[in-house]
Amino acid sequence: MCLAIPVRIERLIDAQHAIADIGGVRKQINIALVDDLQVGDYVILHVGYALNKLDPEEAARTLALFEQLGRLQAAQDAARAAEDPA
Amino acid sequence: MKYVDEFRDREHARVLARQIAAEADSGREYRLMEFCGGHTHAIFRYGIPDLLPAQVRLVHGPGCPVCVLPVGRLDMALALARRPEVILCTYGDLLRVPGSDRRSLLQAKAEGADVRMLYSPAEALALARQYPQRQIVFFAIGFETTTPPTALVVEQAQREGLANFSVFCNHVLTPAAMHAILQSPLDAGVPLRLDGFIGPAHVSTVIGAAPYAIFPERYAKPVVIAGFEPLDLLQAILMLIRQLNDARCQVENQFSRAVTHSGNLKAQALMARVFERRDSFEWRGLGAIPHSALRLRDAYAEFDAEQRFELPLLVGRENRACECPAVLRGAKRPDQCALFGAPCTPDNPLGACMVSSEGACAAYYRYRPRQRVEVAT
Ligand code: SF4
Repeated sequence: MCLAIPVRIERLIDAQHAIADIGGVRKQINIALVDDLQVGDYVILHVGYALNKLDPEEAARTLALFEQLGRLQAAQDAARAAEDPA
Repeated sequence: MKYVDEFRDREHARVLARQIAAEADSGREYRLMEFCGGHTHAIFRYGIPDLLPAQVRLVHGPGCPVCVLPVGRLDMALALARRPEVILCTYGDLLRVPGSDRRSLLQAKAEGADVRMLYSPAEALALARQYPQRQIVFFAIGFETTTPPTALVVEQAQREGLANFSVFCNHVLTPAAMHAILQSPLDAGVPLRLDGFIGPAHVSTVIGAAPYAIFPERYAKPVVIAGFEPLDLLQAILMLIRQLNDARCQVENQFSRAVTHSGNLKAQALMARVFERRDSFEWRGLGAIPHSALRLRDAYAEFDAEQRFELPLLVGRENRACECPAVLRGAKRPDQCALFGAPCTPDNPLGACMVSSEGACAAYYRYRPRQRVEVAT
């Protein structure tokens, strides 16, 4: 019930409504709760209403942290393997 | 789907799980409560417990609005639905919850009541326009995520002068329930030990990170707000473990792509305009919690179904063997209920926790392999 998903704004209709791409399907959504939306923005959609805008920079930062952690572990593994060739 | 698939990446999940195992101290236990039912669902769907070392325990919280609705409120909705002039509309999950007489709204519908399932509250307004001679009652439920859309339709109904529309309001507040959990740490003599909270995702997009500051301050419990995808959850768990290891205690925000410090101010202003706090509200499993739920303000009294139909407050009868109250406080696991799996299943739910896909019992039933249910600790 509390399910909400990120959708992309495809077209703005008026201050209250927009067309969004919801996993490949275009549907009208209500955007009255979020100001200053542009085409191409992603919003969190819940029961037909956009709740908030997604911040692409923050998303990229989070993903970069995962990458970094993976590299760190790989480097540790390599160091360990070098110390203990058996 | 963008912003979804990247956060389900298997390789990164493995990396995060390995980091958790490396940093979690095997000499202690980490008991972390995911408050939100959406998290409970995701945790089981993606098998997160299997990725965690034994000393990291996830405790399932009461953050499923369907599960915490007391039976009495459901009985009130059933009474409304049986009035001949009423069309009662609500979200799908609510239709299958058994009331005091074990009947659900779906059964009332089969017996002739006009009950309709909604995807969006906007559809309730469309019904009000379509059937001016009927009374359309929107059985509204949900945490802060679902409240702003309800507020919008109430304002819209007032603008349009829709005299045949009203809301049976059951909106509840997350921080109030977190206080209640922390203030009632004893369950049947067993202390409910919690080391920290995985904070809700979408509730927090609306209320922001700020309202959680009190939990580290007053109760010394760290909170990490987390998104709904498996990598979000794993990262939040790692962040909590790091706080606990470093003896830090603060609010951190893993879901920074959608949650800000102060949240959606426009939505908050709208909620404050339309709703006010009830003095007290009964929660299934948690009892009466002060200032934990919303009702319509006097300016919107004509849209309040409780006032329009002069609904008496009903106190429901729970199925005595149902352990939902203990499950909702995180004091018992679903499979510790004698009814779990037989006869209580998602197709034949005996308690609310088995109805909603966000309920702990339903998530447990659906995603835990059978044999593991028996040996789970
Ligand atoms: S298994 Fe069914 S009866 Fe038991 S606690 Fe869960 S919902 Fe209630």
